[in-house]
Amino acid sequence: MNMLGYYLDLALRSFRASRGLSLLMILALGLGIGACMTTLTVYHVLGSNPIPGKSERLFYVQLPAQPVDRGSAADEEPPQQLTRFDAEALLRAGQAKRQVMMSGGNAAIRPEDPQLQPFFTSSRWTSADFFAMFDVPFEYGSGWDAAADQAEARVAVISRKLNDKLFGGANSVGRELRIREHSFRIIGVLKDWKPTPHYFDLTRGAFTDAADVLAPFSTAARLNLGSSGSMSCWGDMVGKQPRDLNAPCAWVQYWVELESAGQAAEFKRQLEAYSKAQKQAGRYERDTGVRLRSVMEWLEFSEVLPSDVALQVWLAFGFLLVCLTNTVGLLLAKSLRRSGEIGVRRALGATRRAIFSQFLVEAGTLGLIGGLLGLALAGLGLWLVRLSPAPYAHLAQMDWPMLGLTLGLSLLASLLAGLLPAWHAAGVSPARQLKTQ
Amino acid sequence: MELMPILSTLRRHKTAAGLIVLEVALSCAIVCNALHLIVQRQTHIHTPSGLAESELVTVDVAGIGPVGNLDEITSQDLKRLSELPGVQGVTIINQVHFGNQSSISTVRTSADDRAPGVGASPFQTDVQGLRTLGLKLIEGRDFQPEEQVLDNDFTAAGENAQVPAVILNRTLARKLFPGESAVGKTIYTYGSRPSQVVGVVETLSPPQPIAGSGGIDGPGNPDGYALLAPMRNSFRGGSFVLRVQPGQQEAVMKAAEAALRPVSDKRIVRPAKRLVDMRQNYFAQDRAMIWLLGGVCVALLLVTAFGIVGLASFWVQQRTRMIGTRRALGATRGQILRYFQLENFLLSTAGIALGMGAAYGINLALIRSYEMPLLPAFYLPVGALTLWALGQLAVLGPARRAAALPPVAALRF
Repeated sequence: MNMLGYYLDLALRSFRASRGLSLLMILALGLGIGACMTTLTVYHVLGSNPIPGKSERLFYVQLPAQPVDRGSAADEEPPQQLTRFDAEALLRAGQAKRQVMMSGGNAAIRPEDPQLQPFFTSSRWTSADFFAMFDVPFEYGSGWDAAADQAEARVAVISRKLNDKLFGGANSVGRELRIREHSFRIIGVLKDWKPTPHYFDLTRGAFTDAADVLAPFSTAARLNLGSSGSMSCWGDMVGKQPRDLNAPCAWVQYWVELESAGQAAEFKRQLEAYSKAQKQAGRYERDTGVRLRSVMEWLEFSEVLPSDVALQVWLAFGFLLVCLTNTVGLLLAKSLRRSGEIGVRRALGATRRAIFSQFLVEAGTLGLIGGLLGLALAGLGLWLVRLSPAPYAHLAQMDWPMLGLTLGLSLLASLLAGLLPAWHAAGVSPARQLKTQ
Repeated sequence: MELMPILSTLRRHKTAAGLIVLEVALSCAIVCNALHLIVQRQTHIHTPSGLAESELVTVDVAGIGPVGNLDEITSQDLKRLSELPGVQGVTIINQVHFGNQSSISTVRTSADDRAPGVGASPFQTDVQGLRTLGLKLIEGRDFQPEEQVLDNDFTAAGENAQVPAVILNRTLARKLFPGESAVGKTIYTYGSRPSQVVGVVETLSPPQPIAGSGGIDGPGNPDGYALLAPMRNSFRGGSFVLRVQPGQQEAVMKAAEAALRPVSDKRIVRPAKRLVDMRQNYFAQDRAMIWLLGGVCVALLLVTAFGIVGLASFWVQQRTRMIGTRRALGATRGQILRYFQLENFLLSTAGIALGMGAAYGINLALIRSYEMPLLPAFYLPVGALTLWALGQLAVLGPARRAAALPPVAALRF
């Protein structure tokens, strides 16, 4: 410990002796670390599990409802979403612990307050299990139950943001919400809820905000409130509206919650049996190609992480590598320049090991200072990311694990960079150095 | 010149020389690929839509309840907008370029709905569409008034629904009818009845060019197939597009919103937008990425340059005695200067050669994971020149200091 203090003192003296060189190394290291941490933080935030502890029990269902085109493979990827017919059939069968069918939408809100203009806000038309399945937090009230779905009840749950806007943040349970010309009763107000990514419906962008209005799917279908997101249709659409029960259009997301991940295989068999029955009934043209993906599998399959983000991480690490090469070179130059000093220390009895440690401590000190600078630069970098036009911009926030990782990475990088120069310094022969002096 | 002494010196400082080479190689590899990415993004940003973008503004109206006969109201809206001062043309379109909607439908050349088709972006406008948008016909003719179909009538017609005419963009025309003229041919995309191709336009890009075309579900439309159909949506399914000279757009946008608002309280008029702003917005992320890549390139080159300055300064200091001896033996300042310049040139060249290989390696990895095109060969001389120049610039200071050393410097040590 005593020696460590001495080495630190030597390191500081050495920095003072060559201020320009040291500053250069710290700057380069700080820049490299800052760039890496900025990009890694974004990567970490965007790639994280949106519902940890439950994600492996939640499954996204896809059925092979599309027609067989010439030349298409038997096990072709099915449509991204379900038809309304299939979703309602599965929901009725209710074979999982929980199941939910839903779609995004746009709700035209007509506020009671005459000061406020009518406006559009995002909505989610969903069946009752949504709230329990996705751990949706309530500030006031609660969601609805399956009976409300059956009855096409005019009930709605609103986000905290919308509650603030319409009711000034007061408990609005029991109040009226007018969507288009229809009146809904508010039965619940959510707490701040930001599922990131918006995993249960990726069709409106993976980093979109959660909906402001939630109401039963059956009610929205009855009132013809429309939907938003993607829709793919096939076959004969003549005379049909795409959201009709029997329209050949896939636009409904369907999730199930199972008791355990182990039940997935069994549940998939049930879906295959359903597909077979549909094929026999003439609705499907194939019965192969059922997909059942857990949350993380679904996110990975959908390539939710923007490829730019991964590219930026690679770029930043490339940059760090250049900065490190630079640091190795400069440290080596410094250690060569100090051959005389090393010679004296060796002649006075310092072991090779001591010299080696001394140079590593110096490199590590450099790394820590560089890391602190990197931390500041990463803060600046994340601030710049937040100003950027990316849809995930607001998510770029530093967290504790990343903060620790920054300093750790910096220390590790600088120690690695210090190895070669330290080894070189330890190899200095005292006699030769003293002679040339 | 004096290559041999340089090489023998470098051999004795393998590590330091190797580090410079490595740094130059890494910079070279990264900068080449970053430049490639920048140029690629630039092309994205400037993807032509085929529209007279600078003269177009769009305004959207949404219905929030029953308002009466949609088609009649839409006709009145169009008339009201066309009468605004400064408006040179008005149309209504189902999907606006750079907006947040993008639809794709399958186009076939035979009535068999199992035959393989091509995914194309359908643009549906009234008969003013081609003229208002400023599309350039290269073959055939524009739509005629009697060819126009109302979207609601089309839906109501059931089996008999037909769109009599379509105009294709050039890429779609070539894809469907390679080697022959598309005009006069028939295609199938609206219901089971054929549509006749009456014209071909030079350029008409999908509404969301490059990024996100088709989304994760759709068939995608990377080749940019598109067509124009004389099918008029109502204000509920379409957006109004107005052709206005750039100087008058501000006033017309306000006037258009004001003209549409009083029609009914069951409608919401969304703020009018300029198409140039929508393009700007649509490509904002690409632009941010260009700045980022550019910034990294500059930082990388700076770090490399300072690294060279640092190492070269140290070398000069270490070789003070050698320099002094050479000066004492009659070497001129110029010769000393050139010695260090040549040395740097050799190191840079080794680094560049190594870097070029690495650049291609990285490029191949990018091609595999990010669908990047192959690195064009002209980046290599550009990268090489940049790093040579950078190396020479960086070494100039230390080399001049070396050249300025007096011969007696050798004796002082």
